[in-house]
Amino acid sequence: MQYKDYYAVMGVNKDSTQDEIKRAYRRLARKYHPDVSKEENAEARFKEVGEAYEVLKDPEKRAAYDQLGANWKAGEDFRPPPDWDAGFEFSGGGFTEGDASEYSDFFESLFGQGFGSTFRSTRRSSGFHAPGQDHHAKVLIDLEDAFHGATRTITLHAPELDPRGHVVTRERTLNVRIPKGVRQGQQIRLAGQGTAGIGQGAAGDLYLEIEFKPHSLYRVDGRDLYIDLPVSPWEAALGAKVKLPTPAGVIDLTVPAGSGSGRKLRLKGRGIPGGNPGDLYAILQIALPPADNEKANALYRKMAQELAFNPRAGLGV
Amino acid sequence: MKREDDIVAGLLLDEEHLLTLGELSRACCVHAEWIVELVEQGIIEPNGNDLRHWRFSGSCLSRVMRVQRLQRDLGINLAGAALALDLLDEVRRLRRRLSIIDHHQ
Repeated sequence: MQYKDYYAVMGVNKDSTQDEIKRAYRRLARKYHPDVSKEENAEARFKEVGEAYEVLKDPEKRAAYDQLGANWKAGEDFRPPPDWDAGFEFSGGGFTEGDASEYSDFFESLFGQGFGSTFRSTRRSSGFHAPGQDHHAKVLIDLEDAFHGATRTITLHAPELDPRGHVVTRERTLNVRIPKGVRQGQQIRLAGQGTAGIGQGAAGDLYLEIEFKPHSLYRVDGRDLYIDLPVSPWEAALGAKVKLPTPAGVIDLTVPAGSGSGRKLRLKGRGIPGGNPGDLYAILQIALPPADNEKANALYRKMAQELAFNPRAGLGV
Repeated sequence: MKREDDIVAGLLLDEEHLLTLGELSRACCVHAEWIVELVEQGIIEPNGNDLRHWRFSGSCLSRVMRVQRLQRDLGINLAGAALALDLLDEVRRLRRRLSIIDHHQ
């Protein structure tokens, strides 16, 4: 197990006041909150900061953590000293915001025992029969899956109590049918796939939020798709029939004569399928042939001589 | 429980499949009164005129979850969370527009 430097995680000094720690936490929480942040690994960072704050905000736990000594380095192999928890009473007070199952082994080994019971009492105090909780997860799919439908295997990690009352993470895989026509952000409800109920309580439901992986060709906006379509100057000027890849297969597209760069060609109903299918927009990008040989050079020079064309006419020069 | 071989087909919450007030509050583990408060604040908008006929879309569900997390993790009040959600949606919309027109940069 690796030692964690909670002070470094929060970017504070070992002699920081509780107020300074609180301020650092609020700043980092805003920065890395998964609903807000675009930072890479925001979720992992947010959890790490949450765990560090869980220890440092509580004078009892902070004192105990400091007791380990100042010579540990982050990532160093760590075993708690054998008499480690002697003399400390972890009341579990203030343990309301975090989720014990999200914390590291390091945290568990230092503060684990006291927290299992808090966890149990907050989650499981509602009598002998209680419905299980509903769960939420995200499922990452390819855009093509929305066109054809698919089956995705998802792995869920649910905190549970083992027979001795300790929090354990149970792993469960589920094969889920992704229906044709799903869109980014939609929810799929799987009845009875949430947490098991207690006693005769019914199991909760599982809600899966659809998220598309970024696609190398298409950008998605609701039901609509956008693709950049490179065309040659003569195709754009004279009009042409060109090939266009769509998620449902290659089609022929007519580029009208006199098309400029950036022109959007709408292909009705070629977006994400459904009762009200989306559209596919091809955005024309005029690609210039390089003047890297004598023949191309000659052709460009001929155009320069024979075409009366001033691209800067609109600038008045 | 052996489920590895089964394929589970769920219910897609689209325009036709909406949640009742009870289903939404259960899905988010909150009291119905709190959902009513979110409706009154204009954070989520149900279809239907009165409470008993309210129906919520899947996007209401994800908004409720986000408000919950913002409140819990960042300690902001309901009005602040509502503002944050609206701004985040706007940022997301703009980012998407940007990715459409600005693909090459």
